[in-house]
Amino acid sequence: MNTNYKSLLVSISLLLMLSVISACGSGNGNSSSSQNNNSDDSLNDIEQTDNSGDEKIFTFGRGADSISLDPSIVMDGDSFYAALQIFDGLVNYKEGTTEIEPGLATEWKANDDATIWTFKLREDVQFHDGNTFDAEDVIYNFERWASSGEFAFYGSIFKASESNLKGIVDEVKAINDYEVEFILSEPNAMFAKSLAITAFGISSPQAIEKYGDDYFKNPVGTGPFIFESWKTDDRITMKKNENYYGDVPKYDKLVFRVVPDNSSRFVELQSGELDLMDSLNPEDLDKVESDDSLQVVTRPPGNVGYMAMNMKHEALSKKEVREAINLAIDVDGLMALFQGLGEKAINPIPPIFDAFNDDIEDYGYDVEKAKKLLNDAGYESLDLTLYTFSSPRIYMPQPKITAQAIQEMLGQVDINIEIIESDFDTYKDSVQNGDHDLAFHGFANADPSGFFDFLLAKGSIDNIAYFESDEVDELVKKAKTELDEEKRIDYYKEAQQIVHDEIPWVFIANVSPPMAAKKELIDYKPIPVGSEKFNKLDF
Amino acid sequence: MLNYIIRRLSLLIPVLIGVSFIAFSLMHIIPGDAAQSILGDAATESQIELLREELGLNDPYLVQYGSYLSDIIRGDLGTSLKSKESVLTELKNRLPATIELALFAILVAIIIGLIVGVISAVKKNSWIDQISMTGALFGLSFPVFWIGLMALWLFSVKLNLLPSSGRISEDVNLHIITNFYILDSVITGNFSALKDTIKHLLMPGLILSATPLAIIARMTKSSMLEVLKQDYIKTAHAKGLQNKYIIFRHALKNALLPVVTVIGIQFGFLLGGTVITETIFSWPGVGRYVYLSVLGRDYPVVQSVILIIATLFVLVNLITDILYKYINPKIKYN
Repeated sequence: MNTNYKSLLVSISLLLMLSVISACGSGNGNSSSSQNNNSDDSLNDIEQTDNSGDEKIFTFGRGADSISLDPSIVMDGDSFYAALQIFDGLVNYKEGTTEIEPGLATEWKANDDATIWTFKLREDVQFHDGNTFDAEDVIYNFERWASSGEFAFYGSIFKASESNLKGIVDEVKAINDYEVEFILSEPNAMFAKSLAITAFGISSPQAIEKYGDDYFKNPVGTGPFIFESWKTDDRITMKKNENYYGDVPKYDKLVFRVVPDNSSRFVELQSGELDLMDSLNPEDLDKVESDDSLQVVTRPPGNVGYMAMNMKHEALSKKEVREAINLAIDVDGLMALFQGLGEKAINPIPPIFDAFNDDIEDYGYDVEKAKKLLNDAGYESLDLTLYTFSSPRIYMPQPKITAQAIQEMLGQVDINIEIIESDFDTYKDSVQNGDHDLAFHGFANADPSGFFDFLLAKGSIDNIAYFESDEVDELVKKAKTELDEEKRIDYYKEAQQIVHDEIPWVFIANVSPPMAAKKELIDYKPIPVGSEKFNKLDF
Repeated sequence: MLNYIIRRLSLLIPVLIGVSFIAFSLMHIIPGDAAQSILGDAATESQIELLREELGLNDPYLVQYGSYLSDIIRGDLGTSLKSKESVLTELKNRLPATIELALFAILVAIIIGLIVGVISAVKKNSWIDQISMTGALFGLSFPVFWIGLMALWLFSVKLNLLPSSGRISEDVNLHIITNFYILDSVITGNFSALKDTIKHLLMPGLILSATPLAIIARMTKSSMLEVLKQDYIKTAHAKGLQNKYIIFRHALKNALLPVVTVIGIQFGFLLGGTVITETIFSWPGVGRYVYLSVLGRDYPVVQSVILIIATLFVLVNLITDILYKYINPKIKYN
C-alpha cells in the first residue's frame, strides 16, 4: 500500500497532464460542418448526416434559451425570436418597421365598423411536413388558441376570460378554400396588425395532432426555416426552407445559441464562433467600433423609459410640483448615462411611429423656476422615494446610476430622494402595489395603442402614475377602431398633447439596443420590437 | 457498520422534510409573482389572474405545501411553471452536466491538492512550499468570474487553444446514453468525442477546481505538519524506516482525516456553486437553471432542486463519515 500509493498518485497526475497536453495540441474545435445532434430526449438515436464541410451556417448568440418552440403558449421574447423563423402569421412585419405586409394572407379588408375582417390566403404554400396550407388550417389554429387559458398571448390581445375563452373573436369561418372571415364581437381596427405577432404563427394541424404534448419541441410551420434539433440551454438548429414562398435564405443552416453572459457572448463573437449577437454590453461598444472585423447593429428604439410620479401622493397630485420636478431634472445631461444609445424622450410613444407628435417640446431645465414653483405650492422641501430595479432593462441600461443622478439633481431643489432598489420581480410587485412616490418604468410595443393601454389607461396595473383621463382613454379607443390612418394619427397626437399638459411623468429616453455582428453581415434590418426573420440577410 | 449506515439514512428523512419546508416557505415569502414573471411585461391583470388560478397559486400555502409533499412521495417532482415540462425531465437534462463538471473539478482538486499539500509539508519552507502556498492563496482570493473571463479571453480568443463554451463541439457526433459525456464516449468507444469533451471540460473544470484545490492543499499541509510532529513518527524514523514509507504509510493516512472532511464539504459546495462558472462558459447545467428559476419564481423547480442538492450533500457527508472508519488511525508497528 506504500509505494503503490505514491505511484498511483504519480500515474494519475501524469495521465491528467497527458490529457491536457493532447487536448490542447489539437487546437480549437471550430465548426464548419453540420450534423444532427440529439434532441433533449437523451435516449434518442442520432442520425448520422454526411459531413459536407461546405455548408453555410449562420450562428446567432443570445442570452437565454427558448422556453418553447410553439409560440402560442409563451410570451417571452426569446421563444418568439426562434419561433419566428419557423412560423408565418397571416401577416408579417415589414423589414425594420412595425408596419405589416402580406404573410400567409395576400390581402385583407374590414367592413365599415371594423367588426368583420376578411383575409385572402396564399394558394401555393406548404407546411414543413408537406401538408398544404388552406383556410381550414387557419380555423384550426384559432380554435386551438380559444380552447384553453394556456394560450396566454391570444387571451391578452383578444381579451379572453375564464367564461369567454374566445375573447372578441366570435367566429372564424372559411368562405372558400383560400378565404377566411373573422367576425368580432366589437370593433377593432388593429385586428390585422395584431396577427403579425409571433404568437399567432400558423401551425400545421397534422403536426399538432401527431406530437400532442411534445409539439412545443417539434414545431412545424410555413416559415423560411425548418426546425431540425433543439439541445436545451444550448442551441436550436434550423435548415433553410427551399420551398419558402418569400425570400429563400441564402445560407443552409441557422443556429440559435445560448451564451448567458454578455461578456462571454462577446468573446464568442470575437473568436468567430458567432456571426451575430444580441445584447452587447454598452461598455463593449468601443471595442466593436475599433475592431475591423466587427460592426455594431442597433435596433430602432421602439421603447420609452421614464420616471412615473404617483399622482395619488399628496404633493405629487399637484401639477405645479410635477412640473417643478421636470424642470429640476436635466434630461439632456442624463443622456450621458445611456452611452450614446439613448435619445431624449418627449412623448409616451417613441418617434419611430408616424403618430408621434413632433410639435410637442420638452418641459425645459430651469432649477430656479423649479424651486419657485415648489415654494409657491407650499413646499420648502420634500421627501420622496424612488423605486428602481437593479438589472439593466432595454429602456434603462444603468438604472442605479441614473437614479443617483436624479437624486443629485432633485437635491438641488430640496427634494430628498430615497432610492429603493430591488430585483425586477420584487420591484414590479411594489410599484404595481403603489408603494412608490416616484418610480422608473419603461415599455416597448409594436403599436402606439399598447403604450397608452398599458401605461396610461385608467385601471391598468402598469399605470403606476395613476394617471386618469377619460379624454385620453376615449381618444385611444377611437384610434383602435378607426380604419383611416390619418384620423388615427390625429387621435394619438391629441392624446399625447393631453398627456404632455397633465405631466404624469418625467420622460427620460428612447433607447436603441445595440447588437454586434461580424463585418460581413449585410441586409439585416432589426425591428423595433425585438425579433425579426433572418431569411433576408447574407454574410 | 450496516446499522450505522441505516441509522444515518433514516435520519435523512426528517432533514429533508425540514429543508423542503424552509425552501418552500422562503420562496413564498419573498415578493414577486410567478405568473407575472412567466407572462412578462405585456400581460394584463386578468391574464395574470387566470394563470395564477391555473397554477394553483391562490390556494393557501399550506395546501400548496401539502400537495407538493404528496407529489414528492409519489416521485412526482412537479412541473415547471415556466416551461410546463416535468421538473424531473428538466433536471435530467441538466444535472449530469453539472455533476460531470463538479466531479472533474473535485478530482483535480483532490489529486493536485494532496500532492501539493504533502510536498509543502515535507519540504516545509522550501521554494516549492512558498510557491504552492502563494498559488493557493491566489486560487482562494481571485473571484471565479474574473479568472473565468480572463481564461476565456486568453485561451479561446487570443491563443485559440480551447473552446469557449458548451460541452461538445458542433461537429462531433456522440450517442447520448447517460448524458455524462465522458461516460458515453467511453461506452461507445468514441475516442474523438472523448478528446473533445475533455477539451470542453478543461477550462471551466480547472477554474472551478481552483478554490477547493487551494483549500485541500492548505488543509493537507497543516494536517501533515501536525502528524509529522508526533512521537510515533520520531519512533518510526528511529527504527530506521524509509522516509517515503513513513510519509505515506503512517503520516498521510493519519493526516487525511480532516482533509476528507474538507473534501466532502467542498464537493457539496461545488454541486451548489457552479452558477457563475456555468454562466461564463455557457455550460448547460443545473446551477444557472436554478438561479434563473429563483429569479422567475418557478417554485416547483427551485423546491425540487433544493431537495435534490440537500440529499446529495447529506449522502456525500455520509460517505465521508464511512471513509473515516477506514482511515481511522490504527498505527501498525512492524
